[in-house]
Amino acid sequence: MKYSPNCQDSRETMLKDIGVDNVDALFESIPENIRLKELLQISPPVSEFKLKKQLQQLSNYVETDAISFLGAGAYRRYIPEAISSITSRSEFLTSYTPYQPELSQGSLHMMFEFQTMLSYYTGMDVANASMYEGATAVAEAVFMAKRIKKKLNRVLVSTGLHPEYLQVLRTYLKHSSLEIALVPVDEKGQTDLDELEKMIDDSTLCSVFPVINFYGVIEDQKRHGEILDKVNAINISVIIEMTALGMIAPPGEFGADIVVGEAQSLGLPVAYGGPYLGIFACREKYTRQMPGRLIGQTVDSNGKRAFCLTLSTREQHIRREKATSNICSNQALCALWVSLYLSLIGKMGLKKLSKLNYSKTQYLLSKIKDLQHFNLRYESPVYNEFVLDSDIELEKVLATLESKNILAGVPLRRFDSKDVNGLLVNVTEVNSKEEIDCLVQSLGEVK
Amino acid sequence: MKSNGMEGLVLNEPFIFELQGAQECGIDIPEFDVEMQDPKNNIPNDLLRKEIEGLPDLTEPQVIRHYTRLSTWNYSLDGGFYPLGSCTMKYNPKINEAAAAMPGFANAHPYLPDNLSQGMLKLLFELQNDLTEISGLHTTCLHPAAGSHGELLGMLLIRAFHEDKGDLNRTKIIIPDSAHGTNPASAAVAGLQPIELKSNSKGLIDFKKLEEILDETVAGIMITNPNTCGVFESDIVEICELIHKKGGLVYMDGANMNALVAKAKPGDMGVDVLHYNTHKTFSTPHGGGGPGAGPVSVSEKLVPFLPKPVLEKDGDMIKWNYDIPKSIGQVRSFYGNVGVLVRAYTYIKTLGALGLRDMTETAVLNANYMKKRLSEHFNIPFADGHCMHEVLLSENGLEELGITTMDVAKGLIENGFHPPTVYFPLIVQGAMLIEPTETESKGTMDDFIDTMIALKGTAPDQLHDFPAKTVVGRVDEVLAARKPKLRWNKDA
Repeated sequence: MKYSPNCQDSRETMLKDIGVDNVDALFESIPENIRLKELLQISPPVSEFKLKKQLQQLSNYVETDAISFLGAGAYRRYIPEAISSITSRSEFLTSYTPYQPELSQGSLHMMFEFQTMLSYYTGMDVANASMYEGATAVAEAVFMAKRIKKKLNRVLVSTGLHPEYLQVLRTYLKHSSLEIALVPVDEKGQTDLDELEKMIDDSTLCSVFPVINFYGVIEDQKRHGEILDKVNAINISVIIEMTALGMIAPPGEFGADIVVGEAQSLGLPVAYGGPYLGIFACREKYTRQMPGRLIGQTVDSNGKRAFCLTLSTREQHIRREKATSNICSNQALCALWVSLYLSLIGKMGLKKLSKLNYSKTQYLLSKIKDLQHFNLRYESPVYNEFVLDSDIELEKVLATLESKNILAGVPLRRFDSKDVNGLLVNVTEVNSKEEIDCLVQSLGEVK
Repeated sequence: MKSNGMEGLVLNEPFIFELQGAQECGIDIPEFDVEMQDPKNNIPNDLLRKEIEGLPDLTEPQVIRHYTRLSTWNYSLDGGFYPLGSCTMKYNPKINEAAAAMPGFANAHPYLPDNLSQGMLKLLFELQNDLTEISGLHTTCLHPAAGSHGELLGMLLIRAFHEDKGDLNRTKIIIPDSAHGTNPASAAVAGLQPIELKSNSKGLIDFKKLEEILDETVAGIMITNPNTCGVFESDIVEICELIHKKGGLVYMDGANMNALVAKAKPGDMGVDVLHYNTHKTFSTPHGGGGPGAGPVSVSEKLVPFLPKPVLEKDGDMIKWNYDIPKSIGQVRSFYGNVGVLVRAYTYIKTLGALGLRDMTETAVLNANYMKKRLSEHFNIPFADGHCMHEVLLSENGLEELGITTMDVAKGLIENGFHPPTVYFPLIVQGAMLIEPTETESKGTMDDFIDTMIALKGTAPDQLHDFPAKTVVGRVDEVLAARKPKLRWNKDA
């Protein structure tokens, strides 16, 4: 299949107009000795019919029908059909970054509404038009803190942060003057705020603090905010399970200076880890230090309301090495997914959905209490995810359940080789009561 | 003037927050099949949300209509010619979308055990191999979320390479002045100091100057090839040899790889590390600004430092390997923008080796045809020889007519075309960078060229008022920056 409409005749006319005999002559600026003589070692073209079959075969070799309790930063949610009916529209799908505002008011208006929804939802003053994904958004937030407090270098990070996010943060900070100090999680599964209080001082640049941590535990944002208030440090709050904010107070209420996180759980498919949607919101006074695209409201030549990309002097195409970030694209289409999800679900829906997730998790927790070989690791309140400790070899437990077509959770040894017993279990609205009962029964049968 | 645009039905639409709601939820949330639990019984009241603001309560048809109406305000590639130079707006095949939506790809959880995700891993492994073959390098990493993310990864790899040898003084990176702004910005994030290299009179790297500034503090060079003037760096082999001789490495910005695929391999030129933009070369949709994907191919000497995890073949199984002792670490969560990568894979398989070569040749043929015709009416700063996939014009010659590049851009809009990339690259006065890609027919290009020529004969006063047929007139970008209004406010 070719996607080029030029017939042989027009190709020849064009070659003649240019004044060359053949198309190879156009490549003469490439030195002869590095011009490819042979075809690439890539399989020959495949018809759409055959390729679709091959793709379906590959797709079939991925387990997506099992009863799944996998979460840990990628959340299985019900995604209404209405969303893809809009996201597949060519007007959104096949347009470029809105550099020409007169031709892009649709995307710009949408992203302005996205910024509005995200800033309200996180309780912040402003939100940008999105980042790559959650982990890089955290790293960008720490860099932004450094731009605000130029002399400070100590970055406190809760070990309740998603381990992959921490890894990414380390990679990003490697060549900077910043140092990471880890704040432990206590026996209740919460960030040890007594310890944080001891560690924090006037040299602290920022505290990276999860609203709900990697173990599913709801953190004490209030006390964290109070501790941060006493010092100069920037409060960076991280939220990964965004539906939780339907029920949990937003970080903006507790003095967060920057809120970053991952919005995949608001309508984006798990898609084997991407594309997802990093969010970035902050206090108004820090707007000019933000990374990423910002959409602003303005007027056109007739005084009519219009939108355009704005505050671009922060960005790489103007400021080059002095830019606030190297980020160029945002995830506009993913922002459209999330805008649609938030527009559809609305205030009332988010309250209901978060309560549903919470109630289902409470139901599973109440059943698990009766299991002989499995214990809840932390007693603190959780939203829709928690850690189970198994006193039977976890490998065996997972294999047994897998044979019954159940994926019981994400084993924590994936992130920490010493954590051999821990299993992170996630429940969402897509897990029916029957599925939850089935999990409990199957866990009870493992010996 | 023959116009590609006409006045049509321009819709009006308020903010979604201003629509009269039915006080309903527009999503049919799955059944409440367990007993409702009140979070107040368990969670301190202070930590619970009191109210949610800034979201509507609408039904599905209202939401669909809102976004459908907004969509009509966008120009799109499916709707017309989009000749943005350096952005490569080529057709996005529909089969790609169907592939990405297949359940095994869209619904696969990233923490599925490897043995349960072999179909996904096989696809990614094959894509990795195909991209490696196209690059002529040793292997490919699929993680980066975008081209600029790939640049950052490239810089981190180059730093890791030097540090591993105990060579800690190499903290500078040479970047030509024609480079994309992301190059110096990415280098800065990796803690490298960019040294700008002025282009010579042909818009190419000045070999002599390069030789002069090279020393043992230089970690390497970032080269866009073909460069942002649409010209191939003919001395590329000698440049790579020189950099290597002085102990540095060569990063190639592959933003313009669509001009080279199946015609020349960066690995054969001496390049050490290269990023692709899948949305430029491999037809994945731009989506109004993302998501992209920026796979990075590397030479053998950089393999030990690749980010975790690395996709490897182990017998019949494809597996993620996290045990990479010298790895720079992770550069993002999970493994990459897989949904985008599936589309790139589908494109490569559709075209095959032959189709990929034809894609490149047609893109270059189209650009040279446009160059030939436009050269009779506009100034082309680097006119020697043939261009590659795009042609660069300057504002020279327009000033005496009282016209600017911006006027040409807005005049094109008035006539139903998306303008080319304007005012980039920075090394040319009032640049207009035009890239037709292989997607456009001679007829479309002729219409566009005729319009460009006709605009030269249009009264400047009239041009200043363009566009008039769009949903909004010329947008006041200065006001937007001076008084930033970045969100709707319920109380305003």
